[in-house]
Formats: sequence, C-alpha cells, structure tokens
Amino acid sequence: MNLNRRLFAKILASASLLFASTLVPFAAQAADYPERDVTYVIPYNPGGESDVTARMQQKFFKELTGHNLIILNKPGAGGATAWAQLNGFKADGYTIMGTIVPHIILQPAMKEVGYQTEDITNVFFFHYTPDAIIVNAESEFKTLQDLVDFASANPGAVTMGGSGTNTANHLAAEIVSGLTSTVTTYIPFKGSAPAITALLGNQIKSVMSYTTQGVKAGDQVRSLAVATEKRHPALPDVPTFRELGINHVGGAYRGVAVPKGTPEDIQLELAKILAEINANPEFQKLMLEAGYSVIDVSHEQIPTFMGQKAKTYAGAIKQLKAKQ
Amino acid sequence: MIDAFLNAITPFNIGLALLGVFLGTIIGALPGLSATMAVAVLVPFTFSMEPASGLIALGAVYTGAIYGGAYAAILVNTPGTPAAIATALDGYPMAKRGDGDLAVTISCFASAFGGLVGAVALLVLAPPLAIIALKFGPVEYFWLAIFGLSLIAVLSKGATVKGLIGGAVGLGLSTIGSAVIGGDVRYTFGTPQLLGGIHIIPALIGLYCVPVLLNMVSTKEAHIERANTKNSSRIGEALTSIWNSKFNLVRSSVIGTVIGILPAAGGAVAGLVAYSEARRSSKHKEEFGKGAVDGVIASESANSATVGGGFVPTLVLGIPGTPPDAIILGALMVQGIRVGPRLFTEQADIVYTFIFGLIIATLLMIPVGLIIGKTAFKTISSIPKSVLVPAIGVLIMIGSFAVEQNSTHVIMMVLLGLFAWLALHFGFEPSPIVLGLILGPIAEQGFVQGYLIGNASGNLMGEFFGRPISIAIIGFTLLTLLWPIWSERKSKKLKEDQIHE
Repeated sequence: MNLNRRLFAKILASASLLFASTLVPFAAQAADYPERDVTYVIPYNPGGESDVTARMQQKFFKELTGHNLIILNKPGAGGATAWAQLNGFKADGYTIMGTIVPHIILQPAMKEVGYQTEDITNVFFFHYTPDAIIVNAESEFKTLQDLVDFASANPGAVTMGGSGTNTANHLAAEIVSGLTSTVTTYIPFKGSAPAITALLGNQIKSVMSYTTQGVKAGDQVRSLAVATEKRHPALPDVPTFRELGINHVGGAYRGVAVPKGTPEDIQLELAKILAEINANPEFQKLMLEAGYSVIDVSHEQIPTFMGQKAKTYAGAIKQLKAKQ
Repeated sequence: MIDAFLNAITPFNIGLALLGVFLGTIIGALPGLSATMAVAVLVPFTFSMEPASGLIALGAVYTGAIYGGAYAAILVNTPGTPAAIATALDGYPMAKRGDGDLAVTISCFASAFGGLVGAVALLVLAPPLAIIALKFGPVEYFWLAIFGLSLIAVLSKGATVKGLIGGAVGLGLSTIGSAVIGGDVRYTFGTPQLLGGIHIIPALIGLYCVPVLLNMVSTKEAHIERANTKNSSRIGEALTSIWNSKFNLVRSSVIGTVIGILPAAGGAVAGLVAYSEARRSSKHKEEFGKGAVDGVIASESANSATVGGGFVPTLVLGIPGTPPDAIILGALMVQGIRVGPRLFTEQADIVYTFIFGLIIATLLMIPVGLIIGKTAFKTISSIPKSVLVPAIGVLIMIGSFAVEQNSTHVIMMVLLGLFAWLALHFGFEPSPIVLGLILGPIAEQGFVQGYLIGNASGNLMGEFFGRPISIAIIGFTLLTLLWPIWSERKSKKLKEDQIHE
C-alpha cells in the first residue's frame, strides 16, 4: 500500500514535470524547430491537388527535419471550413495549414464564410497550378484564336466548364473573357474532374482548368493556352497566354499558413524548410512532371504578393458580384 | 497478362490482399466507418510499396469495406456505408426472425460474385466500357436522379404519400449550404458551420442508426433472434438460395458494374436500383421488405460490383468512379502513374497485376467474410443491448467526426437522428429522406448545367428530351411509376372478369 502510494506520488511528480515542460515558452526555440511531428491540415479531400502536393512535400520534410509531416484532411465548403478554424489552433508552429490564392481572397469577398483574408497568416507559397484553357482533342478549335473568333461571332455559344461558381476557375474565365472581349457561357461543375469528364464526353466545348488536368488527360484533350510566364515543361507545345497577346499569368497559388500569433522566428524557420524542399531537384521533377509550377514566395515577399493578387482580381471580382 | 498474373500471386501480394480484405471488412462492419475512410487511412502506407502492391492493398481494403457494410445493415439495421442501404431493407428483417446467419452468408457469396463480375468487366472490357461514363452528360445525370427518386415508391412500403413527403424533406435538406452551381448561400441562417451543407455520411448515420439505437433502448425484446441451429453459417442453404436466384444475381451484378462506371452515382444508387429491379421482376413482391432473400442478393451483388465498375473510368479516363476511387487516383499520382487511355498499353504490367490482385482479393473475401461473418453474428446476437447500444453510440460519434474531422457533423448527426426517430413514430421511414438527400444535388446540378448548355446551343428541349440515353432513362422512370398501377388494374379486371363469369 505504502509502496503504491509512493509510486503514485512519483508518477504524479513526473507527470506534472512533463506537463510543465510543455508549458515552457516555445518562443525563441526556433533553432530547434521542429522538435516533433508537425500536423499539416489540408482543407480538401485526399486525392485533390492540395493533398497530392502536400504528400509530395511530406517525404522531403522528413528527410530535412527528421520529423513527420502528418497530413490531416479537413475538407468542406471549398476550403472555408478549415480556414475559418485556422486561428483556433495552437500557435506553436506544430499545426500548419494549406492555403490557396485566389480562394482566400475570393471567398471572403463574395460572401460570409467565417474568416477574412487578413485572418490567414501565410508563411510561404511553394507552387502554383497554372490556369489552362483545354478542349477535346477532336474539337474544331485548334488554337485559342479559333475559340476567340467563334465566341466573338456567336456570343454565349461557347460553353466553358470549370470548378464551381465564384471559384478560381470562374475568376480566370472572367479575366480571360474580359481580356479578349468575348462572351462565353460558364458551366460550373463540382470540381475539376467532372468538368474534364464533361469535356471528354463532348458535353461542353471547352474548360477553364489547370495545366495539371491537361497533363493528366493526355492525348484525349488539347490545351490551347497556359497561364505561365514561359511554356510549361510538361506541355512544351502549348503557347502561353502572353505569347498570344493576352496578358494573363496565374492559377491556384498554394502555400502554407499558421495560426495567428505563431512566433515570428518559427514562421521564418518553417518558411526556410519549405524553401529547402522547393530547392530539391527530385521534388521539382515530381511537381513539374505532374504539371505544377514550383515558385518561392518567401516570408518577406508575402505582403507584396497578396497586395498584387488582390489588385489583379479586383476587376473580375466586381464583375462576378454584379452577376450575383 | 500471364506475367501480371504471376506478379499478382507473389506471397507478398497475396498476403497484402488477405490483410487488406480483413481490415476492410472490419472497418466496413463498424457502423459509421465507411469504405472511403478505410481507403484514406491506408493510403500513406502504400507510398513505400511498389505501385502494383500498393494498389492491390487499396483495392482489397475497398472491396472488404463495401462487403463489411452488410454486417451492420443486417445484424443491427444500421447501414454504416451508403452502399448498404438496400441491404438493410430485407437483411434486418431476416436477422430479426432468426436468419441473420443465413443473411450474412448469402451476402458474402453475393458480394463475391458481384465483385468478380465488376473485376472481370474491368479486366476484359475497360476501355470500351469507359465510353459509358462519357456518354452521361449533365442531362443524363438529371434524369438518372429523377429515376432514383421514383424508387421512393418502392422504398416507402405502401405509405406512398408519407414516402413522398420524406423524399421532399430530403431534397430540402440537400439544398442547405453554399450551392456548387450559382454559389448562392441557402438556409445557413448566417452560420458558417452550415456553409458546407449536410454531409451525406453523418446524415446517413443519424437518420438510420440513431432511431435504431433509441428503439433498442426503449423496448425490452431482444434485438435479433439468436442462432437457432448449431451450424451457424448455413452455407449449403445460402448456396441453394443463390442458385435459385441466379438471374437476379447476374442482373444485379451487371447493374452494379454499369452504375459503378458512372461517376457521381455510386454504391448506394446501384444497390437501390438493383433492389427495385429485383422486386419488380419478382413473383413474390409482397415478401420484399419483410426479409426476402432476393433483396439481400440484389443489393449486395450490385454494391460489390461497383468496385470493379468504378475503376473503369478511374484507370481509363483518370475520372474517379466513386469517392474511394478519388483517393486511390491521388495515390496513383503520387506513385508517378499516369492514368489515362494509354495506361493499359504503356503500364500494362501494373494495371493487370492490380486487376488480378483485385480478383484474388474478391475470392479471398469468401473465406474471410464467412469467418468474420460467423463471429459477428454470434457476437452481436449474444451481447446484451446494454453493451451494444453504447458501443455503437461511441462508434457513430467517431465515424461522424472522422469524415471531415469536423465536430459540426457530430451535432448534425445527433439532430437528424432525433428528427428521424420522431418521424419514424409518425410512420415516416428514413430511406426516402436519404434518397432525397443523395439525389437532390445530382438532380439540381444536372438540371442547371443542362439548362445552361441547352441555352448556349439554342436547343433547350432537344438537350433535355432529345438525347437517346435520356429517352431510355425517362422510359424506365415511367415504367417504374406506371407499372404498379397497370398491373393492379389488370389484376382487378381479371377478378371482375372472373366474377362476371
């Protein structure tokens, strides 16, 4: 009995010690960050592009830090469910979350989604999935010019599928139709995959989607233009919008955010790790082959980056709102 | 092909298939845990494996989980996975009268047969079959959803008006949240938690499981009859029943394969369509819903056939046929496999190894399923309700949360459950509500997309009523709706004639 009591006291003591040690301020510990596994919340389903690219980072994170990057899928409301919860997590650098521009700019601008763009503390953007206009391989539109000509002659007759209403695809379709002064009929689908399915089945004439979808669908489709600065290595024969005289570079920019109040040095350390993963040739190869474009938007550049993007989207957001 | 077959039967791959089927069956059997979840949990483990082995493991877990869903549906009346909805309709009445062991065994053989039909279709016909997925445009999905809604007539067990009201409630619930098309925010009452809408899995768990649990608490009688024979697998009896129902078995497996190919439809729709076809062509319609063996066979063979069917568009077109396929597709991308039409020629070794692995996993499901089924039946029929109810209660909470790591879903599940319990007291069955909830978004999206496309082409009527597949589905819908009226008239007339004679 006595022994039991002593054992109990011992356990209690060590337990409280353990508890105390977790309370020691984690600030100013960035040199050691991360000391344990990091939970990486992805606001989309497994198998989506956010999830797939996060899983590509996973392996390299482990190599660099010796700790696991544990992916937790928390989908819902096009990502808004997770983003609205971001600042509720502990701000210690051990819970991080995937973010996407334009989604985090567009969603709060269009409706009440439980968060504002400023609530998201972005640390680093590591790639973007460039916009691409894609048609069926059998389509009469051989070039983007063919499509634009037809759309100019027959306003509204060109159907352009995309993922959802008031989404990145919708925004891009709006931007391009503004730049080319054409009117197309945007057909929203529940995600990129159903839109591509409808394209393959000749249900719609074109889609505003991503380079990744053009790569995935292979010979069944023809990508007419991609929104990169230079041609994408996975689609070397496809011109950029700029080559065709349409000044559009953009897509879905994916990054990593932390809960508000996460110590600055931990944010910097995290950004450094993510930049090192980006610099790994093996990682770059994986990403490029699948159709992504690796970019580094470092911690310091983020305010400028977000400002620029907000400005780029402002006109199209206004048009979308007017249509509501 | 032979190389691929030899690759698939390496001891490691067979071991993986066995383990996968075992784990999948267990996960699927737990109320609240679905096939999608089972696959999602396993995905990270497969990254360290060879592509073909990883795929075999995923396919095996998926197959097992779809089958495992039958246990909860039959033995507890709680279809934990949407695919098992139709199984519960007759499986549970069988269990209640003491034939739970027979129902479990029959569902094992029917599932294995359906799974084989789906997998063989994938093996020999994948590229041509994939065209079916492409022929289905928005309008066809709209009509398919309307056809699905006509099944309310079948599901409402005689109380047609109540069934229709339930269906309307389900359709209403499906509109909550931010609309995919149009982006409008509907019925959220300003709460961001409702933006994502009502997720089908927690809703299903709430609507089906909670009333069952509450009724178990509020009544004294045993939940199901215990085994009444010593040999509690009743394999011979099961095989005889299945042989007598061979046409139903084949028809249901084909229905399951074809519906599996259609993205956006899935196991629940397949099970229900096969069930309603089985009922319509049966000579003993009145037995359906009261423990008809044919009902269990139809639902289970059809939902298992969707596994192989679903892989057709996934592998051939890169379009996931079912939600678990979407996860498997993501895993393939990480493995560096490019799905698409050329997959079957360029990476044929991996694809065929996988398909043979799937066939082997389906065959392994028979022994694994019989053993687990026997244990499950014995356990569930012998443990007291005071243990069973809290255990399932905890599981459905975990299951609802785990779908999207979201506590809102747990609250939603409980609220819908209480609602369903009250509704049941007034004679409203949960099935029509669930059907409305599943089919509402398919109908809505198909209609709006079809309308936009029809307007753009300037031929709205042609878009909706002029396409061959649409016409066929409209025909089936009319047949389902008018057949009962016609056959009743005919039998009435027959009687009248007899009287006049």
